[in-house]
Amino acid sequence: MRPVSVIFGRFLGRCSSLQASRQLATGSTCTIRDALNQALDEEIRRDPNVFLMGEEVAQYDGAYKVSKGLWKKHGDSRIWDTPITEMGFAGIAVGAAFAGLRPVCEFMTFNFSMQAIDQIINSAAKTYYMSAGKVTCPIVFRGPNGAAAGVAAQHSQDFSAWFAHCPGLKVVTPYNAEEAKGLLKASIRDDNPVVFLENEILYGQPFPFSDEAKSEDFVLPIGKAHVERVGKHVTIVTYSRGMEFSLEAAKELASIGVEAEVINLRTLRPFDFETIKKSIMKTNHLVTVETGWPFAGIGAEIIAQVIESEAFDYLDAPPYRVTGVDVPMPYTQTLEAAALPTTAHVVKTVKKSLHIQ
Amino acid sequence: MLSRLSRRSPFNTSIFRSFATARERDEFRLQEYSQKYLGYRKAVFTEKLEIIDSSKAEAVPIYRVTDGLGNFIDSSQDPKFGKEMSVKIYETMTQLNIMDRILYDSQRQGRISFYMTNFGEEGNHVGSAAALKNSDLVYGQYREVGVLMWRGFPLEQFMHQCYGNSMDIGKGKQMPVHYGSKEHNFVTISSPLTTQLPQAVGSAYAFKRQPNNDRVVCVYFGDGAASEGDAHAAFNFAATLDCPIIFFCRNNGYAISTPTSEQYAGDGIAGKGPGYGLHTIRVDGNDLFAVYNATQEARRVALTNKPVLIEAMTYRLGHHSTSDDSTAYRLDFKKVQTWGDKDHPIERFKTYLVEKNWWDDEKEKAWQKEVRKRVLKAFGDAEKTKLAHFHELFEGVYDQVPELLKRQRDELDNHLKEYGEHYPLDRCLRK
Ligand SMILES: Cc1ncc(C[n+]2csc(CCOP(=O)(O)OP(=O)(O)O)c2C)c(N)n1
Ligand SMILES: [Mg+2]
Repeated sequence: MRPVSVIFGRFLGRCSSLQASRQLATGSTCTIRDALNQALDEEIRRDPNVFLMGEEVAQYDGAYKVSKGLWKKHGDSRIWDTPITEMGFAGIAVGAAFAGLRPVCEFMTFNFSMQAIDQIINSAAKTYYMSAGKVTCPIVFRGPNGAAAGVAAQHSQDFSAWFAHCPGLKVVTPYNAEEAKGLLKASIRDDNPVVFLENEILYGQPFPFSDEAKSEDFVLPIGKAHVERVGKHVTIVTYSRGMEFSLEAAKELASIGVEAEVINLRTLRPFDFETIKKSIMKTNHLVTVETGWPFAGIGAEIIAQVIESEAFDYLDAPPYRVTGVDVPMPYTQTLEAAALPTTAHVVKTVKKSLHIQ
Repeated sequence: MLSRLSRRSPFNTSIFRSFATARERDEFRLQEYSQKYLGYRKAVFTEKLEIIDSSKAEAVPIYRVTDGLGNFIDSSQDPKFGKEMSVKIYETMTQLNIMDRILYDSQRQGRISFYMTNFGEEGNHVGSAAALKNSDLVYGQYREVGVLMWRGFPLEQFMHQCYGNSMDIGKGKQMPVHYGSKEHNFVTISSPLTTQLPQAVGSAYAFKRQPNNDRVVCVYFGDGAASEGDAHAAFNFAATLDCPIIFFCRNNGYAISTPTSEQYAGDGIAGKGPGYGLHTIRVDGNDLFAVYNATQEARRVALTNKPVLIEAMTYRLGHHSTSDDSTAYRLDFKKVQTWGDKDHPIERFKTYLVEKNWWDDEKEKAWQKEVRKRVLKAFGDAEKTKLAHFHELFEGVYDQVPELLKRQRDELDNHLKEYGEHYPLDRCLRK
């Protein structure tokens, strides 16, 4: 049967389907896991106020091995294991940040961040505002997010829209290894609370990794989307794992002469609308792709902003969304597969937008 | 009302002035403290400056009935099960153990995606389940399969659930080992830790409101789960609402890789009980008789609307789950072996059966063979059973399938017409 990526916070190596098939160009590569590890390592070394906390992040190297080796290297004062109390340790992170430290708070998975949601929304996100700018709360809440494999309704869901809804938070959603590293470093250095959503399925996947990315000074800007693939017929806007389906779909579409422009949002809040607008004014077609639920989702927000803007007049077809199905995630493989978007859905939706049979 | 309150306000000192002596004043205050602040516990003043050093306090003792070899220490504590019940207890524990071995191996062979074993904790499951009434409501954490098995949940259903097939009560919507059965008064396991504790108190409160209530709630949880804020809320509410509930903590020394020494710094979980106003007992969780007696007494107390906390001391012999390799953090493998060899709850109970001449090697062999056969048969049948039809995906989100979901269902049908070959449709039931 299928491999299970994680159950109850336990890592087990899993390749995404892409990984086996993709032949990486020559040059060095890095997995998301290693890229995150580098970012943490470098930032902990760079700033004595930075520390990592969470369930099993120290001696056990983290449920997904993201903190591998860091406890051995940096010791108890910089890498803390916490008891199983998400609300409690999120509160401790908030208090530590109020007092001048810069915690990186790992949730074993974002599914368990729901236990800590009050600390994140009502304290971390709002204190700067409520104190009229006197108290900052520089925390990174990070961990795996999104649909995993074979772990059902309570362990398999995308919280992007939940956090992106809340003013005061920054919400960062990297796709590849360079983004994982560059954006995590930027998040740790940011004075605002950042929710940093990693994708559970992508941890073990290798991506090209430039020499520039290897540098300790490699930081990517928060709030800037990236045009991952240039095209002229349709704009596909997506983020995180949606990139995988969108890039594959773009490749498939190219074979029938459709040049899709693929925009990787990278950050959901602040939201880089300009890049999307410019693209739509060129392609006149929009498809959004996400793995979360449709209702009040990221795609819904993108489309609303497009319709309210001058880009609306440039649309030649209604904008469409590709999303997960509007149900809790079922366990059984066949049902799970039917609940998630695929490359085929993206291809089909683009064809619908372009009136291609 | 307002005027009465204001007359009693602390700014009005007339009451105090009416007390002649210092002693009268002390008595007044002690009575107030006792009745209003301390739940009628006797309040005293002391002139000795002493900060309580919790590390110096005596640990709550561990109640036991038999010694490590399975012999009774104080015969008055023998619950006198009789042959039929004793054999049923033993058979349930061994059946659980055999099922665990087979399902664990089958996960390793890639036939099911995930499993969690109960190795080493069979005694506290079956001991407590036997002391409860089957009508009592049980909330589990996930490692309490023996309780459900004692209540007669069929082997076939365990297997269907682990396969998530169309015969599974949950139709494959929940992860393996997340069993549940309304018929057996066993609430379906929920993944986020400790959420079952306040829920259990809510159910107990509902029971209490029924006239002539004769049911209690028993909620199981681990030493790790006890750290969640929900545990605090549950203990406090149960005590202040006077609920008929048993909190059953399986302290097995670990929460995945986190040892109890990093989970809490006090006197275990039992040490918290009195602070919340809970009746409390710590018991040798590998001594089935002790667990049985403690649970039976706890049930009696709980039925008088006094909540009880039981801490059962045991040891998690297996890995946390099939996604865990405990050799990475339990470096002293000998210790694990010692627990297994020297204090296995099944072995301890078997000594008793053999001594009574109710069990012998021959019976053991035959029983092992029979159970293996039954488990393997149920397993094979579950493996062959088709998965639910994919339309099941849309069922059960609401009592009636709303329009949006109907549209999505049609979309899925269209999508599968075009791309069906990429999906394992042959494994699903046909409509
Ligand atoms: C809210 C929440 N946080 C974290 C987890 C991941 N998790 C699952 S089981 C577990 C350990 C629980 O240990 P314990 O309560 O001692 O039970 P045991 O496994 O020892 O029976 C953890 C951390 C979870 N399921 N839910
Ligand atoms: Mg435990």
